[in-house]
Amino acid sequence: MKKRKIDFSNLQPLIALIIMAVAMTILSENFATRDNLFNVARQISVNVCISVGMTMVILTGGIDLSVGSILAFTGAIAAGLFKNGIEMQGINLFAGTTLFGAIWIALAAGAFLGWFNGFMITKFKVPPFVATLAMLTIARGLTMLYTKGFPITQLGDQFTYIGTGWFLGMPMPVWISIIVISLAAFFMNKTRTGRYIYAIGGNERAALLSGVNVNKVLVVVYMIAGALAGVAGLLVTARLDSAQPNAGLGYELDSIAAVVIGGTSLSGGKGSIIGTVIGAGIIGVLNNGLVLLNVSPFWQQVIKGLVILLAIIIDKIQKEK
Amino acid sequence: MKASANEKAVIEARKITKRFPGVFALNQVDLRVYAGKVNAVVGENGAGKSTLMNILSGVYTEYEGELLLDGKKVEFKNTAEARQVGISIIHQELQLVPHMSIAENIYLGQEPLNRAGFIDYKKMEENARALLSELEFETNVRQKIASLRIGQQQIVEIAKALSFDVRVLIMDEPTSALSESETNTLFKLIESLKRDGVAIVYITHKMNELTQLADYVTVLRDGRSVRESAVKNISVNDVVKLMVGRDIKDFFVKQPHERGDVRLKVENMSLKKSRKSEKYLLRDISFDVHASEALGIYGLMGAGRTELFETIFGLHTTLASGTVCIDGKSVNINSPDDAINAGIALIPEDRKHDGLVLNMAISQNISLVSMEKILKIGMLNETLEQNQAEKYREKLNIKSYSSSQPVMKLSGGNQQKVVVSKWLATDPKILFLDEPTRGIDVNAKNEIYKIIDDLAAQGIAIVVVSSELPEIMAISDRIITMCAGKLTGEFFRREFSEEKILHAALPK
Repeated sequence: MKKRKIDFSNLQPLIALIIMAVAMTILSENFATRDNLFNVARQISVNVCISVGMTMVILTGGIDLSVGSILAFTGAIAAGLFKNGIEMQGINLFAGTTLFGAIWIALAAGAFLGWFNGFMITKFKVPPFVATLAMLTIARGLTMLYTKGFPITQLGDQFTYIGTGWFLGMPMPVWISIIVISLAAFFMNKTRTGRYIYAIGGNERAALLSGVNVNKVLVVVYMIAGALAGVAGLLVTARLDSAQPNAGLGYELDSIAAVVIGGTSLSGGKGSIIGTVIGAGIIGVLNNGLVLLNVSPFWQQVIKGLVILLAIIIDKIQKEK
Repeated sequence: MKASANEKAVIEARKITKRFPGVFALNQVDLRVYAGKVNAVVGENGAGKSTLMNILSGVYTEYEGELLLDGKKVEFKNTAEARQVGISIIHQELQLVPHMSIAENIYLGQEPLNRAGFIDYKKMEENARALLSELEFETNVRQKIASLRIGQQQIVEIAKALSFDVRVLIMDEPTSALSESETNTLFKLIESLKRDGVAIVYITHKMNELTQLADYVTVLRDGRSVRESAVKNISVNDVVKLMVGRDIKDFFVKQPHERGDVRLKVENMSLKKSRKSEKYLLRDISFDVHASEALGIYGLMGAGRTELFETIFGLHTTLASGTVCIDGKSVNINSPDDAINAGIALIPEDRKHDGLVLNMAISQNISLVSMEKILKIGMLNETLEQNQAEKYREKLNIKSYSSSQPVMKLSGGNQQKVVVSKWLATDPKILFLDEPTRGIDVNAKNEIYKIIDDLAAQGIAIVVVSSELPEIMAISDRIITMCAGKLTGEFFRREFSEEKILHAALPK
C-alpha cells in the first residue's frame, strides 16, 4: 500500500480545534473531564449528522436550508408513530408501530422531503437556496399540523435510550454519529456516486458530458441530507424525551458553519466529511467553553459569528499564498 | 542590430523571475517597450507571456528583477498604481460589466461627480461620447455592453484604457475573437495610438499580424526571453523557430490507412431551435463514418457543427429527430450515458467549461467516464486509478509532475491531452473531436494530430470539427461541409482544395 499524503487543507481546522481544547483545559478545570467531554461529544453529534448531509449538498454547489425543519418533522413523526401508532379516523384504521418501524418511517419521511427538494431543483431548476427555503417553512408547517402545536412527550425508555443511553462506554449519539461519519466518508471516497458529487460541484457541465446522470445524483444528495436530518431529529427527540414542534430552529446555520469552518468551499467541488466533523467539533467546543467560562449567551452568539468569519478569512489568506 | 542602441524604452523589464509552486513561470526575462511602436511579444502557450504582462500591469507584485519606467526603478503595489503612471492592460477576456452601459463601463471606478456628490451622468456620457468619437466609434453610449458585438466591446475597452493618461497599452491577443473587418478597424486604431506616442505591447499567436503591425518583437520560450529584434530584421520563419526551439520540418504527415466498414451512420438528423419554434439548427443531416477513417466537418461559426455532435451525443433529445446506426445496428441515444455505452466519445470544444473538472487531479479526470475500470470489489481503488493515469500520462506525453496534480495547473495542450485520455479510457469506437487544437501551441497541436492519426489506424472512426482549414485538410480522409444547419458538400482527400471547401461552406 502506498502511504497516503496528508491533506493540509484538513490540517488547519484540526490545529484550531486542538488549540481551543488546550486553551479550555487551561482556562477551566471542568472542561477536560470525562463527563464534560462526553457531554460535548453528545451535543456535537446532532450537528455532525446534519452537517455530513450538508457537506454533500454544498460539495455539489448547492445549499440546504430545510434541515432544521426536517429534523423537527421527523422527530415528531417518530415520536408520534411510536407513541400513538398510525391512526386514520376516516377509515377506522389503527396500527401500532414498533420502535424500529417508527424510526424507519421517520427517516423515510426525511428522505422524502429531501427528495422533494431535489425534485424541485432538478426538474424545475429552482435554485437550491429557494427550494430549500420553501421546504424550511413547509416542513415546519407539516410538523405543526402533525403535532397540532404541542410537544409529544413521555416516549419511554426504549426510545430515549437512543439519545441518553450508553453502549460500550460511549453515549449512543456518539456511536450513531461515528457510524454516520464512517458510512459517509466511505461513500464519498470509495463509490462512484461520491466521486460524481465532487465532479458535479467542480464542473457540472463536464460531469454531464462525461455521462454522469447529474439530476439523479443531485436528488440522491438531497435525499441523504433529508434522511440525515432525520437521524438528528431522532437524537434530539430521544435526548429530550419529547418531540418539540420548534425543535431544530436555526440548526441549518450551525451546520453550514461547521461545513465552512471545516474547509468545504461554498462554490462546490472541494471539501471533505472529516473537515466538517472537525468544524462541528470547533463549534461544539466553542459553545461548551463559553458556557463553562460563564460568558453571557448574548456574547456567545457574537463570538460564534466572529469565529466563522475568522475561519473564512484564514482560509482565503492561505489560498492566496 | 539591437533597437536599444538609438531608442529609449518607456518601460523596461530587467531579469524578471517569477516562480509558481514547482515551476519557473519567468526566468530572467528582459523586455523593452518603445514609445510610439508596436512591441509584439510572441511565444507558445505557457511561455510566460501572460505572467510577464501581469507583472508589467501590477497584477503580480512579487517577483525578482526590476521594472524601469523612463530609466527609473518602479514597484507597483497594485493595478491602480500601474495605471496611474500610464500602464493599462486589455485582457484577452474582456473585463466589462455586460448589464451596464458603455459610459458606465468606461468610467467604472472613476465616475465624474457633481457638486452634491452624486454621479454626473451628463458629463460622464459626454466624455464617453468624445472618447469614442476619437476612436471613430459613433454610438449611443447608454447602450448596454451586452448588446454590442465583441469587436465593439473591445473598442470600449480601449476607450476605457484611454480614459486614463495612457502611455503603455498592453493588448493580450486582441484579435482572437474578431472578424476580419473588426480586426482592420482595430489595426487602424493602433496606428493612430502609435502616432500619439503610445507604446503598444501586443501579444499574439498570429504570425501575419507580426509583419503587418509590429515594429519590435520579443520571443519568449519556456519562461525565458530568447530574442528581441526589430521586425524588419527577422523573418517569420526564424521567429517560429525561436518559439518552438527547433525547426518545424517534422510537421505532421498523415499515414495512409485502409478504411473499414461503416461504423456510424446518421440519417435525417434535425434539431429544432426550441420546442415552439419552427426554426431549425440542423436540418436533415445524413452522413456516415467508416472504421479507420477520419471525417472532417468544416463550416463557419454558427453552421451547426457543435450542435450536430451534441445532438448525436444525446444532449438535445427533446428537440431532435433522426436515426443513428452503429456497426449496422440502430441505437437509441437519449443521454450522454447512452452515447458512451454505444461507444461514442465526445471531446468538446471548450475544455475548461465542458471537458474538465479543473480542481480535480489528472487521474480523477481521466477516470471520470470509465469509473467501472478502477473499481475493485465495487469500490474505487486509488492504485488502479493512478496506474491508469500513469499509462496515459506516458502514452500521450502529458507534462506534469504527478498524476495527482490538479488539471487547473496544466497548460492548454496538456489539459487537452487529459481530455483525450479520459475518453480513450472508455475504449471508444467512434471519437468526436470539436476544435481539438483550439488555443494550444504548435508542438502540442502536432502531438494531437499524431494521436488522432494513431487512433484511426487502430480502427476508431474519427469525426473532427475544426475552423482551421489547413488543419482539417491535414488530418481528414474526407471532409463534409456545413452551412446554416445543412450539409453543403463532400470531398475526398484527393479532391481537397482550400477554395472548393471554403466555397461549399460559405452561405449562398
